[in-house]
Amino acid sequence: MKLLLEHAHVEGIRYYDTYRKHGGYRSVEKAFKMTPEEIVEEVKKSGLRGRGGAGFPTGMKWSFLAKPEGVPRHLVCNADESEPGTFKDRYLMEFIPHLLIEGLIVSSFALGSSMTYIYIRGEYAWIVDILEQAITEAKNNGWLGKNILNSGFDCEIYVQRGGGAYICGEETALIESLEGKRGNPRIKPPFPAIQGVWMRPTVVNNVETLAAVVPIINNGGEAYASIGVGKSTGTKLLSVCGNVKKQGIYEIDMTQTVEEFIFSDEYCGGIANGKKLKACIPGGSSVPILPANLTLKTAKGEARYMNYESLADGGFATGSMMGSGGFIVLDEDQCVVRHTMTLARFYNHESCGQCSPCREGTGWMYKILKNIEYGKGKMSDIDLLWDIQRKIEGNTICPLGDAAAWPVAAAIRHFRDEFEWHVNNPDEAQNRNYGLAHYADPIHVPVSA
Amino acid sequence: MSEPKFKVTVDNITIEVAPGTTILNAARMIGGDVTPPAMCYYSKLEGSGGKCRTCLVEVSKGSEKDPRPMPKLVASCRTTVMDGMEVKNITSDKVLEARKGVVEMLLVNHPLDCPVCDQAGECHLQDLSYEHGASGTRYEFDRRTFEKEDLGDFISLHMTRCILCYRCVYTAEQLTNKREHGVLDRGDHASISTLLGKSLDNEFIGNVIDVCPVGALTDKTFRFKNRVWFTKPVDAHRDCPTCSGKARLWLRGDEVFRVTARKDEWGEVEEWICNDCRFHKKETKDWVVEGPSKISRHSVISQGHYVGVKKAPVLIDKVIGKDPKLLMDIHSISDVNRPEIELSKIAGPAHSNDFKDTGK
Repeated sequence: MKLLLEHAHVEGIRYYDTYRKHGGYRSVEKAFKMTPEEIVEEVKKSGLRGRGGAGFPTGMKWSFLAKPEGVPRHLVCNADESEPGTFKDRYLMEFIPHLLIEGLIVSSFALGSSMTYIYIRGEYAWIVDILEQAITEAKNNGWLGKNILNSGFDCEIYVQRGGGAYICGEETALIESLEGKRGNPRIKPPFPAIQGVWMRPTVVNNVETLAAVVPIINNGGEAYASIGVGKSTGTKLLSVCGNVKKQGIYEIDMTQTVEEFIFSDEYCGGIANGKKLKACIPGGSSVPILPANLTLKTAKGEARYMNYESLADGGFATGSMMGSGGFIVLDEDQCVVRHTMTLARFYNHESCGQCSPCREGTGWMYKILKNIEYGKGKMSDIDLLWDIQRKIEGNTICPLGDAAAWPVAAAIRHFRDEFEWHVNNPDEAQNRNYGLAHYADPIHVPVSA
Repeated sequence: MSEPKFKVTVDNITIEVAPGTTILNAARMIGGDVTPPAMCYYSKLEGSGGKCRTCLVEVSKGSEKDPRPMPKLVASCRTTVMDGMEVKNITSDKVLEARKGVVEMLLVNHPLDCPVCDQAGECHLQDLSYEHGASGTRYEFDRRTFEKEDLGDFISLHMTRCILCYRCVYTAEQLTNKREHGVLDRGDHASISTLLGKSLDNEFIGNVIDVCPVGALTDKTFRFKNRVWFTKPVDAHRDCPTCSGKARLWLRGDEVFRVTARKDEWGEVEEWICNDCRFHKKETKDWVVEGPSKISRHSVISQGHYVGVKKAPVLIDKVIGKDPKLLMDIHSISDVNRPEIELSKIAGPAHSNDFKDTGK
């Protein structure tokens, strides 16, 4: 089932003429015949959930937008995709930029935003050019600018490059950065829907969310809601990396089991080099890691599906999160301690330094993990790590603290024996990997390569 | 017509406050132990607060209309009260534990060079860790250090001691006509700095020393001259063309060691003073002395004169049912303190035996 990537493989889809020939900008034509309220209603009906990680219903977010008289409102597209393991938005923007522009025009009309921004990650420099070209093409063909389709609605889209900080993907830090300030997250409330960019009501949405508005308007919200399962409606882009045979971008309708997704030839094609599955991070680096047995089956022994609810089944004790869709697969040769250390280093480097638990705690966790990884750890360090992550989680201004704490917590929760082995066998841990132990994938015997 | 009032309950003590008041300020109106500590919030600086996370409290009831508790601990300095809100501060084990965690985090990279720090004795971080911290540290790594930076002739910056509360940044932004310093870098290597090592040059910039909760920004004209607890604070004023001229002098004998702004019971400046008053008027003849300052903060600087220590109007033991850590007058509980013994009558240096034999 492909909605967003339907025409992804058409040659020249990056350019306006080809995009238009394949049904591009139909949704704008349709949307401008509707009222903004009807569009919001349609998005509500679709059950679309924010694709940036939190999974908050988009229609609801849009309806929260304050509409005071005489105050301009803004739509901001969050293209600051910096989560390790997540690269789905990059693919969308690089190859089908017009899909995002189209979604932005429709959404801007629905929200009444005449000045719409794309805040793009600084490292995506070449994509800025692609987007700006797409915007120029759209403008030349009358989809942007003054009085679009004689509706009386004006809209301009501006692309703003970030400076390369992960924290600027947090919506209020993004807003600060967009205003030209230091990218520190704001303290909420007030939420951006009340006071966002330049203290005006603002909606910040992920690239994929805004792109998904296009099929919702084209086919209707109910048709979109009929795809998927339960509250996980529509299609989701996943960026797969790690030790699978076929890494890349996949669009799924969230009805697949995790087992099917990892092992079937239609998707990842199984673990590379005939190895076994050891662990999986289903939604980008900040969500809890799951050992193989819990990746494929929930704690109740039922099959785990690739959707918001099923991946979160069991809470953080035995489940994880759909997150931003950065699907990372680790095989038996990967060391969980080293993996956790790398993530801790990332979050330490990316903490904005505004609030104390995150600023000091992330660095502390990284130093301890480094000690354990390099054979200088103590048994008490593992409990200390657990205690530090507990004191960061939930006590910070923005979710970066949680994002730093969860991977460490999950690694200790599920792979404590591996940490202990590192402490007890410092020399051996330098030379060889701990292996699979009891959390090995019990189902799939490696096929000889 | 009177303004509508919101009822808010902090640790089972109910108070009526105006809408828009933060939980912290409501708790300050009650006073005493139920007031959460604040390292970054400063009531006189707009936008401050929310960063240090020491004032986290548990909201066990959101409001009368929506009684659901808030899912996470909230920063009381930035959360406004709702009618019927119930807040748990020292009655919540969750809060006490989180606060202990925050104190530990704040001390992770703090050099703890209190013996040579000018702020010692009036340091909010000292008070905080004394009241809420653990007795030891679990941190075993090198603490971060910074290159020394010169901010000019009057203000000395010790970046290693900084807890990044942003108060000085807000002060410069809101009090002076141009801000010359700010926070550079991010994470645990973020630092207060000026661009290209400029010196801070503004006639109100000296106030950053007063707002600094730790010893990161100190007065160069006072540096290493004395310990704050040896100097005696008096309130004084002068006719100043730039500021209100209401200041606090720190005297030893007749010598003015230091001039600061007057601070209220929460350690916040009452009225900002200018650099001229602070750094250049260091003679008693420059000032009209009003009398000894009332230090209501239970700090070491108030040793010997515990005047006006504010206790909660409601007795704490009724609140939590266990013995709270009240602001104790050490002179009334210590065996050593025997006011009936005149030290000057004892021949030679006083010995503990001198106090044991006599009396009772």
